Amino acid sequence: MSISIQNISKKYKNVQALQNITFEVQEGELFGLIGPDGAGKTTLFRLLTTLLVPNEGNATVADYNILKHIKEIRNSVGYMPGKFSLYQDLTIAENLTFFATIFGTTIEENYDLIEDIYVQIEPFKNRRAGALSGGMKQKLALCCALIHKPKVLFLDEPTTGVDPVSRKEFWEMLKRLKQKGITILVSTPYMDEASLCDRIALIQKGKILKIDSPDAIVEAYEKTIYEVATNQMHNLILDLKEFPSQYSVFAFGEFMHYIDKNDSFDMDVLRTFLHDKGHQNISIQKATATIEDVFMDL
Amino acid sequence: MKTILFIIQKEFKQIFRDKSMLRLIFILPILQLLILSNAATFDVKNIRVTIADYSNSSSSRALIDKLNANAYFSEVQSVSHTQEGIEQLNRGKTDVVIEIPNQFEKQLQNGNTTQIQVLINAIDGATAGVQNVYITQIVQLFNQNIQVENKHVVNEQILPNRIETIPSFWYNATLNYKTFMVPGILVLLVTMVTLFLSAMNIVKEKELGTLEQINVTPIKKHQFIIGKLFPFWVLGLIILTIGLLIAKVVFNVPMLGNILLVYFFTAVYLLLILGFGLFISNHTETQQQAMFIAWFFMVIFILMSGLFTPIESMPKWAQNVTLLNPIRYFVEFIRMVLLKGAGLQEVLPNLGIIVFFAFAVNGLAVWSYKKAN
Repeated sequence: MSISIQNISKKYKNVQALQNITFEVQEGELFGLIGPDGAGKTTLFRLLTTLLVPNEGNATVADYNILKHIKEIRNSVGYMPGKFSLYQDLTIAENLTFFATIFGTTIEENYDLIEDIYVQIEPFKNRRAGALSGGMKQKLALCCALIHKPKVLFLDEPTTGVDPVSRKEFWEMLKRLKQKGITILVSTPYMDEASLCDRIALIQKGKILKIDSPDAIVEAYEKTIYEVATNQMHNLILDLKEFPSQYSVFAFGEFMHYIDKNDSFDMDVLRTFLHDKGHQNISIQKATATIEDVFMDL
Repeated sequence: MKTILFIIQKEFKQIFRDKSMLRLIFILPILQLLILSNAATFDVKNIRVTIADYSNSSSSRALIDKLNANAYFSEVQSVSHTQEGIEQLNRGKTDVVIEIPNQFEKQLQNGNTTQIQVLINAIDGATAGVQNVYITQIVQLFNQNIQVENKHVVNEQILPNRIETIPSFWYNATLNYKTFMVPGILVLLVTMVTLFLSAMNIVKEKELGTLEQINVTPIKKHQFIIGKLFPFWVLGLIILTIGLLIAKVVFNVPMLGNILLVYFFTAVYLLLILGFGLFISNHTETQQQAMFIAWFFMVIFILMSGLFTPIESMPKWAQNVTLLNPIRYFVEFIRMVLLKGAGLQEVLPNLGIIVFFAFAVNGLAVWSYKKAN
């Protein structure tokens, strides 16, 4: 077992950041922590990387106890905090050398691990980290977190503030790292990234709501979702909420996702209802559920 | 060891890369030393005097000539009425108004006492006191001359028996205040630069988030702290060197004692200051907070160091507070060594206290430095 968490709770003065968290991550698994801001994702990362001490519970990372084997854990995990936290006034090469040295290794020794990523930023290796674009910063941070060949990689919202192309590239890099046997725990507020993980945990207000593979989570979702669009989208959400048998309504891209309380829901009744409210060009159709739908329903 | 050296190397790189900071670190202290040493004087010069001479006699003119001849009085002007002088005083056009009465010469010639009125702007009490002393001295001198002249005429035999004190000023024979101030200001600058830099240094990593990244590495507490603070220890000694050179070349401050002793003391003293900076760093979250706290202590340390106001004239409780002030011991030390030529034996108490403080503060700082919460 690469990460094993038992009943961990953490409280900051008045805020219960984490409540009885228990789950396990297999070796070589790409595990996603999905949840909104303030859900407790970063706190969990900081606990597992020995930066915080839990109030209750315990955990092991790479078979080391987070309370007892702090030094061993620090040697065998890579951590990329949500905020870019490398030295902005040092160059790419200097940052990488710095982290290699404090881990008692060299760039050459583990070059094969970072090669794929490093070649992309190598042309700029004498540029200061502060002058890099968001995507390049991300790649550099990943290189620095990997330079000592960690067994477990912790990535706290690695793609927040990164453009869609770089995000896609980043997830491809993670897949390649996974193939090299590195366990990856990654958190993200983006639901579309969840489907790229082997398994995900949906987390909210310090509690784990569901843990499973993304497909299983979606499959297990029983309710039928309808996507609705009309010519007056900003009134639509208010009008849908007035529909007597509505269960939930939320914006989803260019549509409204509508869920009804009854299984025997008739689209035509809703269509007439909306037409009476003055909507035109009404389109209502069944939609396939996504992680986001599941999450919104929790 | 390799890790420490590497952190030191990284730290120096960062210092030298921040060009504007580098300029501040080296140029500001030099400027301050040059400017403050020339400005922070206890001499009261350029006193403006307005005289209302109602007597208008040879005696009164002799007195005015004496005032005129004195280097401390820059403008001696006459008015016909005291009231005009007072108006000038109110408007801040003059510092002192002297009124010489009508009967001045007559009274003197008759062997009687006479009085003159001296009005001094005493918004700054200390300055007013000094001005009063200057004027009193001039008047006394004038008095003696009159007495001697008069007695000469009356009776050659009776010469006044007077005890005259002729002071001999040791260690600073010419009472050159710069000799006294420059070493003290140098101490302030060395303290200020190293305290501010060290206080802001670790907190900067906290603020930027780099500390979080460092904390998950297997780097050890002592490696990180030594690596971070050593560069500032070196900077402190460099600033001391520059300052001593300026003191010698520009201000010609005597350096009677052993310079190596000054370096040794500074080396220990800097450990204390760096430890204090680290302590501030540990208890703050942003550079602003760190700066504010560092300033707070710095102001207290400066004002209670005995540099600008003698410790002996402070109230008892304040004197006791200065016992905790590291700058006090350094100022004392550097004056003793440079101006008196004191050796290790004489400065041992100061050195002992600083060593003790250094251990205490660093112990506290390292103890309060935590990698995890």
